[in-house]
Amino acid sequence: MEIFVQQLINGLTLGSIYGLIAIGYTMVFGIIGMVNFAHGDVFMLSAFIALIFFLILTTWLGISSVALALFFVLIIAMVLTSLWGWAIERVAYRPLRGSFRLAPLISAIGVSIFLSNFVQVAQGARNKPTPPMIRDVIVLFQGESGYNVAISYKQIIIMVMTAVLLSIFWYIVQKTSLGRAQRACEQDRKMAALLGINVDRTISLTFVIGAALAAVAGTMYLLYYGVVSFADGFVPGVKAFTAAVLGGIGSLPGAVLGGLIIGLIETFWSAYFSIEYKDVAAFSILAIVLIFMPSGILGRPEVEKV
Amino acid sequence: MNAPSITTPAQTQAATTTFDLSAALKDAFKAALITFGLSIPILSFRTEQSGADLFLSSRWGLALIVTAIVFGLRLLVHAYTASRSYRKATPSPKQATELVHAQPSAFQHVSKFAIPFFLGVAIAFPFLIYLVQGGLNESRYWIDLGILILTYVMLGWGLNIVVGLAGLLDLGYVAFYAVGAYSYALLSTTFGLSFWICLPLAGILAAFWGMILGFPVLRLRGDYLAIVTLAFGEIIRLVLINWVDVTNGAAGISSIPRATFFGIPFTAGEGGFAQTFGLEFNGMHRIIFLYYLILALALLTNFVTMRLRKLPVGRAWEALREDEIACRSLGINTTNTKLTAFAIGAMFGGFAGSFFAVRQGFVSPESFNFLESAIILAIVVMGGMGSQIGVAIAAIVLVGGPEVLRNLTFLKAVFGEGFDPNEYRLLIFGVGMVAMMVWRPRGLISEREPSVILKERKAISGSLVKEGHG
Repeated sequence: MEIFVQQLINGLTLGSIYGLIAIGYTMVFGIIGMVNFAHGDVFMLSAFIALIFFLILTTWLGISSVALALFFVLIIAMVLTSLWGWAIERVAYRPLRGSFRLAPLISAIGVSIFLSNFVQVAQGARNKPTPPMIRDVIVLFQGESGYNVAISYKQIIIMVMTAVLLSIFWYIVQKTSLGRAQRACEQDRKMAALLGINVDRTISLTFVIGAALAAVAGTMYLLYYGVVSFADGFVPGVKAFTAAVLGGIGSLPGAVLGGLIIGLIETFWSAYFSIEYKDVAAFSILAIVLIFMPSGILGRPEVEKV
Repeated sequence: MNAPSITTPAQTQAATTTFDLSAALKDAFKAALITFGLSIPILSFRTEQSGADLFLSSRWGLALIVTAIVFGLRLLVHAYTASRSYRKATPSPKQATELVHAQPSAFQHVSKFAIPFFLGVAIAFPFLIYLVQGGLNESRYWIDLGILILTYVMLGWGLNIVVGLAGLLDLGYVAFYAVGAYSYALLSTTFGLSFWICLPLAGILAAFWGMILGFPVLRLRGDYLAIVTLAFGEIIRLVLINWVDVTNGAAGISSIPRATFFGIPFTAGEGGFAQTFGLEFNGMHRIIFLYYLILALALLTNFVTMRLRKLPVGRAWEALREDEIACRSLGINTTNTKLTAFAIGAMFGGFAGSFFAVRQGFVSPESFNFLESAIILAIVVMGGMGSQIGVAIAAIVLVGGPEVLRNLTFLKAVFGEGFDPNEYRLLIFGVGMVAMMVWRPRGLISEREPSVILKERKAISGSLVKEGHG
């Protein structure tokens, strides 16, 4: 029972991170129908940006309050990663609209290879550990066998941040003119353009928002695990994509729901079955979902237009 | 990319004929500024590790150099587009109809002589190297490189059946390579079967896995199919790592039996290759034999592909790639068509894998990660999906290029002693894939030989077909 509750907490934390990445996949897919394969590597890049600015703030500028440093790191990482997201869309995806159908995916794979190797060449291939930033935990209750169920401040920060950002983001999509433009482009890009919506700008902003949320996920990932390497984008990226598909690609609540489910499955699988096969479980879910329920839990069934 | 169109006078006037320097400078400056912004965290600081602590060192110089390069490139792009639009604005009579009736291009003129030439070089390669290097042992490095390149040529041609002809993006091709390699490794170490029995078995097993994996996924749309094949590729690799009882896990399988010359082993003693043919024993005999083996396997792949293109199934692949819905309405069984492409592509992957195992004498799951799939895909994409000669050229350039660069000593003088082009190989692959999709979505060689000819042979411009194949 204690283990179950503990794994539930861990799973929800991990799921929040996946959910944040999954939003980037789901939005881009919703609006231009492409799988942004490079999104996992954008996430990895943002973790590196966060790491570097954390080091700058703490060691060079001498900010001793970890909370303050984290706040600034989060803002800077979001801004710089958004710039990357914008630039990637501008250089690698925008010229391909109207090209053959696999072109954007191949280009995205190219960007993905580029990003991970760019970071490898620029920062070295070794894992980058950070000193543990926040160590305190709250013991929720004590089991009979002496097993403490605890939630750490880190986990609280991650879950609260996810919830807050999602609400802000939900507000943007539902209530602002940008969100309306986005939903219009999602439904019919040509018609939206005819009605005076700047489609290119809307798509760019979609990438920017996706990258900013990936930066939040990257910072949280660094905070949670305390280590990052250039190869860390691939597996979380695929898992987040699985989450997006599971929740119903194109659906925002679906992405978060899918992220939480994938996070829970992964932690429970590791705890109760085998830790070696946890990635096999994630990849199998991806294959099974795509084959048997490609519209996901909350998605609309896809209609094939001739 | 664009539909064929004939230049109208209105368009001619709209095209700018002058090079607007101030606008170009402004734009290049903007691009440079963005590059600088992008390079702030990752390029201008480097995290160094000493003990358990990380510390930073700054290197703004590098960031500034990259920014300057982007600025220069952007200016060049502007100059190029300006000159091109000038040329377009003053069309020659030939150009106006170019898209409709493509003249046989320079490539097609050259290809008549180039293909036999390349083939001759490939066959004579060990002898040429022997003459140049002046000894068998000295030429080892170059023949090893030749084997490596030909392995990738073969893998590229195998994947070309799936991606280039059938238009199915397979991101897990390396899984079949792994199946082939492990088939040979396990069959030969457990049952003591020889390479010549295992080679067809490996191909059959890989094709079988191709069908098992292919069957459920082939009704998915293009990009979902790609992701599922990626997932399968990773699952096979993870199973190879974790199923320690059978595969010996991450440690891999070592001491795999070497290839024999149709039963005659390459050993120094009694009954060995050297003694049987009255030669002086040299370890290089085996390497040269491996070179010809992979050359033969690669040529077999090419031959089968070229013949299949002329068969109904090959024509159905290409039709499927161009328009799946039209195919279905014409009564082609799309699932079976896709499945054959998948299985045949996988079979050649299996052959290549079993060659890999016999050459290395050692297999481990690390040789079969996603990056390997991506490299093979990059070769196919950059060579031109569907073009056999393009894939071969891309494999030579992408695999052989970094090795050649590594031996150029003046590069070390420019970039410093520790310069190793192999570090930048994947970086260039990534940029190359994007650049190819943006500028030449049909690859280096975009011309395609039509597989059926009515009365006379005509050149077909890539612009006339959806995905660039005649």
